[in-house]
Amino acid sequence: MSGEALLALALGAVLAGGAAALLPAPGERPQRIAVGLTTLGAALGLAAAASVLAYGPSAGLRLGWALPGAELRLQIDALSAWFLVPIFLVSGLGAWYGLDSWRLSEHPASARRLLGFYALATAAMAIVVTARNGILFLAAWEVMTVSAFMLVTTEDERQEVREAGWIYFIAAHASTLLLFGLLGLLWRARGSFDLEPFAAGALSPALASGMFLLALGGFGIKAGLFPVHVWLPPAHANAPSHVSALLSGVLIKMGVYGMVRVTWLFGDPPLWWGALLLALGVVSGVLGVAFALGQHDLKRLLAYHSIENIGIIFIGLGLAVGGRAAGSPALVALGLGGALLHTWNHGLFKTLLFFGAGAVLHRTHTREIDQLGGLAKAMPRTALYFLVGAAAICGLPPLNGFVSELFVYLGLFGSLGAAAPLRWLPAVLAIPALALIGALAVACFVKVCGAVFLGEPRTDHARHARECGPAMVFPMAVLAACCVGIGLFPALVVPALDRATAGWSLAGATVPLAGLAPLAALTWTGAALLAGGGLLALALRAAGLDTRLGTWDCGYVLPTPRMQYTGSSFAQVLVTLWRTVLIPAVTRGTSDQLFPGPSHYATRVPDTVLERALLPGLRGIAWLLAWLRPLQRGSIHAYLFYVFLTLLILLLFK
Amino acid sequence: MDATLSVSNGLLVVLVLLNFAVLGSSRMSTLIRMVAIQGLLLGTLPQLRSDVLSWHLIAVGAMTAAIKAALIPLLLRRAMRDVRIRREVEPLLGFIPSLLMGALGTGMAVVFSNTLPWPAAAGGALVLSTSISMLLTGFIILTTRRKAITQVVGYLILENGIFTFGLLLLDAVPFLVEVGVLLDLFVAVFVMVIILNHIQATFLSHDTTRLSLLKE
Repeated sequence: MSGEALLALALGAVLAGGAAALLPAPGERPQRIAVGLTTLGAALGLAAAASVLAYGPSAGLRLGWALPGAELRLQIDALSAWFLVPIFLVSGLGAWYGLDSWRLSEHPASARRLLGFYALATAAMAIVVTARNGILFLAAWEVMTVSAFMLVTTEDERQEVREAGWIYFIAAHASTLLLFGLLGLLWRARGSFDLEPFAAGALSPALASGMFLLALGGFGIKAGLFPVHVWLPPAHANAPSHVSALLSGVLIKMGVYGMVRVTWLFGDPPLWWGALLLALGVVSGVLGVAFALGQHDLKRLLAYHSIENIGIIFIGLGLAVGGRAAGSPALVALGLGGALLHTWNHGLFKTLLFFGAGAVLHRTHTREIDQLGGLAKAMPRTALYFLVGAAAICGLPPLNGFVSELFVYLGLFGSLGAAAPLRWLPAVLAIPALALIGALAVACFVKVCGAVFLGEPRTDHARHARECGPAMVFPMAVLAACCVGIGLFPALVVPALDRATAGWSLAGATVPLAGLAPLAALTWTGAALLAGGGLLALALRAAGLDTRLGTWDCGYVLPTPRMQYTGSSFAQVLVTLWRTVLIPAVTRGTSDQLFPGPSHYATRVPDTVLERALLPGLRGIAWLLAWLRPLQRGSIHAYLFYVFLTLLILLLFK
Repeated sequence: MDATLSVSNGLLVVLVLLNFAVLGSSRMSTLIRMVAIQGLLLGTLPQLRSDVLSWHLIAVGAMTAAIKAALIPLLLRRAMRDVRIRREVEPLLGFIPSLLMGALGTGMAVVFSNTLPWPAAAGGALVLSTSISMLLTGFIILTTRRKAITQVVGYLILENGIFTFGLLLLDAVPFLVEVGVLLDLFVAVFVMVIILNHIQATFLSHDTTRLSLLKE
């Protein structure tokens, strides 16, 4: 069966699942049917992707469409297939997760809506990555954007959810507007909306760079690249957890896909494209993790980590574009290989982390890190899987994050010897930045794991928590297994990765990754680390250490949970170091007397770009536009008169 | 051929005169009657201006006449009866100034139609100036009258102007498009009449200047 046929069946099953959720049957049955059909669709979609990754691109599908310039034109090449995998894997697992976390019987109104738009978003994303016609791409993009808006605003009775939804909606449409511009230039350059590579030298450099910059703006907003990431933290924090996972694990990757696809169009990109992508990646990575450190909201913190990881992906993509400009296939293989593999990896571990955060939220009803604590005892499985995800996102071996970051590191070191300053200078900046990102990420996840899962419960919310049901724990187990699997056996995914990279390189020479990176050594060291860790655990258990005592006892007579280190106090040093960018807002009481009374201390790290740049800027525009207010008289006669006046002016100065 | 052309030119002049009748009159029933006559004339014009007699033109003409001269006036009369309004009093621009504006607009329309790059087909300039004059008249009515029914009449005259413009494109416009436009017009008036009743119910008045209360 051809790839397109499988994909069509998969989309049919997913959409049928979404429609099934609207059935008026009582009880949980509509949701069960929907999840079953989504699982079937996800399996079919994964099969389609696997067949392409194993046997090469599908033949393609072309059907006419009445819209001028538009065609129903689909093709699954290795690049599309690479992105189809996280789409179907995450949405399939997310559907299972929702079976327990967002039950139809508990949320009768919103659950149906959520299931329907969840299916629609999944199908639209699958079309986004396979469309070969600009109009079809844009239509699918818009369906995806609007469904995601409906998903984010699932709990629209809450004020903060509505605000998050609006910010997302505005940002998403700014992105679509830029993509309209991109399509306009595409039409100008080619005379059709076909998404196919340009012949070398067919375009003027100005036109090509215009298309590149529009794409960078449009896809950058979607991907959550700093400083156009403003929609991402509130939307991720306020959506239901499996929707946050879908947004962070898959939806923002559509921005990455768009960037990869657009750079694929140009056979000979200028060097500065690569340098720009790399520089933006560095900024995004470092500031993403810096902002994450200052957050008190578990899901908001994870959202900032998405910005960080998008930064790492863009560093890899920048390397690949630079490598193509400089004619270095090894750099392309390492850079794009790292970027694409990190796209998968981030999809896996960020989904895992959001599932974990969702499980915590489901049982404790709070996202405030400093109100949790000691959950490892109440929710041991969730704690374990969350720890695996946290280690993976920090890029620690033997997990998958390490492998993709290693590829990027190798590429960066490889470009150090180049002669052109535009090639070695970014690498010199990016290597320490990448190391900084890794270190800050470790600090941040020590804060999260320590404050949420270790220690003593700080509030009753945390005290009465218990483990979640199998529908929520099982998807986490699958994802954790994938993280460990890719980390231990990278050689298994490298052939598929090579195919995707080769597809992007067009006719240029390609180098297999196996010759560039020490894949076997990764397996051995990973196995050795795991064995060592296992032995240590066994030895500790044999030593009979009693772990039932309270932690953070510190020798006090009557310790209370409030004496524990909080997440905020843990991160305070680092947040203070970054205060020029983070600008933390501190409210504190005074305690200057000899016997001070009760006092208080609170910090908050708002989004600097949103609160210090965008909102004041928009307020300024609103103030300017207020001068036009008198024109709006509310009188129908005045409005008709404006039309009349316009018509007269047009007639006079035709 | 010349005879039909001169008849059609005469009809165009009558259309312009009817504009002035609408501009200068305050009685609703007169306004509706004038617009109905305009619709009837417009229904006959396509056949007169075409060289060959075709079923397509006859059908378009018959439907135009039926909708513009019978159906829509019927709707408007019923609406007039429902909201009990007979005259337009105190328009934003008086009747004499309206007439002057209309005359000015018609004069300008004649000037425009000669400057527009239109192939000088037989009587083309006259059709064009009639059309623009009707458009401007429609706008004057729309912007200067208070009562919603009068505004609907203004809208109809505007629409008649567009139809007149279509006379220049008789062979180019497909049947389906013309029927579609007619249907749109009918639906538009239908909706306007409904809204009219709602305005009456909400504001206890028929004066559209009161709609500015809706301004935030």
